[in-house]
Amino acid sequence: MKKILVIVLLAVVGYFLADVFINMGFGNSKFIQNAEIKPVKDDYLQKTKDDLKVSNTVTSIVVNFRGFDTLGEVTVLFLSVTALGSILYRRRHHAGDRSVLFSASSIVTAGSKLIFPPIILLGAYVFIHGHLSPGGGFQGGVIIATGYLLMLLAYENYTVSHKSLTIVESMAGITFVIIGLMGFMNGGTFLQNFLPTGTLNDLFSGGVIAIIYIAVGFKVAAELTGVIYTVLNEKGEQHG
Amino acid sequence: MIYFIFIVVIFLLMLAAAIYAITQKDLLYAVIATGIISLILSVVFYILQAPDVALTEAAIGVALTTIVFIITIRNTVRMEDESDKDNNNLKSAAK
Repeated sequence: MKKILVIVLLAVVGYFLADVFINMGFGNSKFIQNAEIKPVKDDYLQKTKDDLKVSNTVTSIVVNFRGFDTLGEVTVLFLSVTALGSILYRRRHHAGDRSVLFSASSIVTAGSKLIFPPIILLGAYVFIHGHLSPGGGFQGGVIIATGYLLMLLAYENYTVSHKSLTIVESMAGITFVIIGLMGFMNGGTFLQNFLPTGTLNDLFSGGVIAIIYIAVGFKVAAELTGVIYTVLNEKGEQHG
Repeated sequence: MIYFIFIVVIFLLMLAAAIYAITQKDLLYAVIATGIISLILSVVFYILQAPDVALTEAAIGVALTTIVFIITIRNTVRMEDESDKDNNNLKSAAK
C-alpha cells in the first residue's frame, strides 16, 4: 500500500516537472503573463543598446548594471584562494619538489610548448572581446589559467613567481575599485560609465566595460594559476 | 520533434554519467564522469541560448575542476575502499 502511494506521488510530481519543462519556452515571451506590467528586461535591453552601445547584453548587465555584485564575486574568489593558500602553506615544499602526476614524454612537452601561446591568446581574445561576443573576464582568465596548468603539468621545473602573481592580482583588483569609484567623482553611482561609449559593435565601445573586464581577466587568471600551483606543490603523505 | 529527442537523449546521458560517478568505486573514473556531466551541461546551456554560461561551464567544470580533483586523488587515495579499509584497521587496532 505504501509503495503504491509513493509511486503515485512520484508520478504526480514527475508529471508536473515534465509539464513545466516542456512548456517553459526559454527565450520566448511566454514568461510574461501580464502584458500591462513592463518587465525590467526591456529597460536593460534599451539602455544597453542606446546608452552603453554594448552588443552583448549579458556583459553590460554583469559589469555595469550589476557591477557591484561582480565585485563581490571577485572578492569571494580572492578569499577562497587566500584560504586555500593559508591552509596548504605549512606543508608546502620547495619549488621543483612538485608531486608529478606522471613524467611527461617529449611529445607532450614539445606539444605544450607549441600550444601554450595560442591558449594565452585565446584567453586574452575572450576577455578583450567580452562586450562583443560571448565570454568575458572570468572565462578568459580561466582559459589562461588552463594554459599555465598545461605548462606546469608538462615541465616538472616550470615555476610561476608568486610575487608577480600577487602584484598582477592586486593591481587588477585596485583598477576595478578605482574605476568604480571614478563613477562617484563624475557625479554618478558606483561603476557608472564616464568614458565615451563609441559606436555599437566596435572594439572601442561600451566605455569602462572593456577596461573592467580586462582587469577581471587578469585577476582571475592570476588567482586560478596560484590555486593550481599551490595544489600541485602540495605533496602530502605518500600512499605508495 | 528532433530537437526534443536530442534534448531527452542529452539528459539521459547526463543522468547515466551521474549515476556512474556515484556508483563507481574507482574515484578517478568518477571524476572523469563528473567532467563528462559538465561537458554535456555546457552543450545544454548552449542550446538554451546562454553561450556565456556555456563557456564558463566548459572552462571551469571540464578543465579546472577535473584537474584539481585528479591532483587531489594523486595525493590521497584512488579507490573508495582504501580509506574504508584504513578506518576498519584503525577500529580493529583500537579494539
